[in-house]
Amino acid sequence: MIFKGKVWKFGDNIDTDAIIPARYLTTSDPLELAAHCMEDADPDFVKKMQAGDIILGGENFGCGSSREHAPIAIKAAGVSCVIAKSFARIFYRNAFNMGLPIFESAELADAIKEGEEVTVDSAKGTIIITDSNKSFTINPIPPFMEELINDGGLMKHIAKTRGKNETK
Amino acid sequence: MGNTITEKILMAHTGLKKISAGQLINARVDIALGNDVTAPIAINEFKKAGGKKVFNKNKVALVLDHFTPNKDINSAQQCKAVREFALQQKITHFYEGGRVGVEHALLPEQGIVLPGDLVIGADSHTCTYGALGAFATGVGSTDLAAAMLTGELWLKVPQSIKFVVYGKLQKWVSGKDLILHIIGRIGVDGALYQAMEFTGETIGKLPMADRFSMANMAIEAGAKNGIFAPDKITADFIKKRAKRKYKFYASDADAVYSDIIEINAAKIEPQVAFPHLPSHVKGISKAGRVKIDQALIGSCTNGRIEDLRIAAGILKNRRAASHVRLIIVPATPEIYKQALKEGLLDIFMKADAIISPPSCGACLGGHMGILAEGERAVATTNRNFVGRMGHTKSEVYLASPAVAAASAVLGKIASPEEL
Repeated sequence: MIFKGKVWKFGDNIDTDAIIPARYLTTSDPLELAAHCMEDADPDFVKKMQAGDIILGGENFGCGSSREHAPIAIKAAGVSCVIAKSFARIFYRNAFNMGLPIFESAELADAIKEGEEVTVDSAKGTIIITDSNKSFTINPIPPFMEELINDGGLMKHIAKTRGKNETK
Repeated sequence: MGNTITEKILMAHTGLKKISAGQLINARVDIALGNDVTAPIAINEFKKAGGKKVFNKNKVALVLDHFTPNKDINSAQQCKAVREFALQQKITHFYEGGRVGVEHALLPEQGIVLPGDLVIGADSHTCTYGALGAFATGVGSTDLAAAMLTGELWLKVPQSIKFVVYGKLQKWVSGKDLILHIIGRIGVDGALYQAMEFTGETIGKLPMADRFSMANMAIEAGAKNGIFAPDKITADFIKKRAKRKYKFYASDADAVYSDIIEINAAKIEPQVAFPHLPSHVKGISKAGRVKIDQALIGSCTNGRIEDLRIAAGILKNRRAASHVRLIIVPATPEIYKQALKEGLLDIFMKADAIISPPSCGACLGGHMGILAEGERAVATTNRNFVGRMGHTKSEVYLASPAVAAASAVLGKIASPEEL
């Protein structure tokens, strides 16, 4: 997968209340959630961003609640992928399970300015800043997570493996 | 090489004879939990995947506790969708209306989660059940859908950090203060992806209510689970509640830990987590003058009867400061009834408190206790992120029921010693 887009920078410990505040959790409609994506971290984010843009976080991105509404809001807002120094574990699971591409890079966040464009090549495991041509390595995705992505998320993965088990 | 309690419980839920940290496993689930916020997405995914029947109607718990009593039309619709699913699937552990409590207080109280269980819940504070010596972890809605369908879930066996807590607790210091102190020390990602195992002489004497408060906030350090080895105190709690078999596990003496952290509990004073992270912790003596507008006593962290007794002990014959809204949320109907029986609700009402029905509402800024711009609350809850309880320019200070009650009376963050 290749993702090319402008990065929007956020700091460390961006919690799921900032990504999608609880006051909007009375619905699970992706488009309604998307309208409030990142609202408590940057109230203008949805207005400013364009489809294909990339969220760039620091350490522990997505900490706090288990709400899958967080990756759902990000994906439905049109964000192509999230890059962070590290991810909180439930957000990490959720992203792979529901199909939001996420990548870990310890160095990118400190080497790039907001608004710069990058190209993420998941097969090569690289992120390249367009203007400076600087290249960064993505932490390798564990094989099982790769399987989840290739199958189109957890439920499709289960359908596939259950099908296999039943024909055995 | 021995195993930790976490590894042993996980192994017992697979067909494997050996297990080690970092390994990816498919584990059998004893209880899969969802609420009115997370279950609607899970039910939708379950149906989309062609799900007709849940793997076991006795092993799914659906608790409508977040936006209940129904806040608005949208939340009523969400509850309705979960109710219809629960009735159609004949889910044994379905709770709503006058039977509902805050899920992580309700499930242990009703004996639905037991020692040695593997519990997954689409709610991050599912880690609370580690207090019973269960492996319990928060997951997302798709995970819940998968578990409802197959009875299994993929998990990575976590490394464990061992906390050895020793020394006698000072007056007014509780499990809540211990966990706040620990999070302050290791940070909000200090235990990322790991198990937090609580041991030591102080822990051995700690009542269940305090253990629940501590396990509850393991997620606030990024942990996958928090866990206590069950003992006599656990056994006393469980024996009148359990309706099925359970098992006590303990770590081997030669179990492997990624870190061992010793804590001298005798040196800890009541703790307060300042905005906007649970790790911004200070001792109460260093809190300075922080005027408050609201005090909230309740939640899955501190809404148990023991918490209400502590608060009532402080609020008896006193009143909340005139500018403070004191909100008390008994976490379950059973706790509510017990508080009524013991005269605690009477004490609270004489202290000008608002007594809320069991609900998660105020804690997550959902409803029934929202903060306006510039307002400050002291809360016995678990999160103080930006906007957590209302306006993005409001502030939440996390503390114990003792500190919250004293603060309500004095109108500022305060220790009961100041009364």
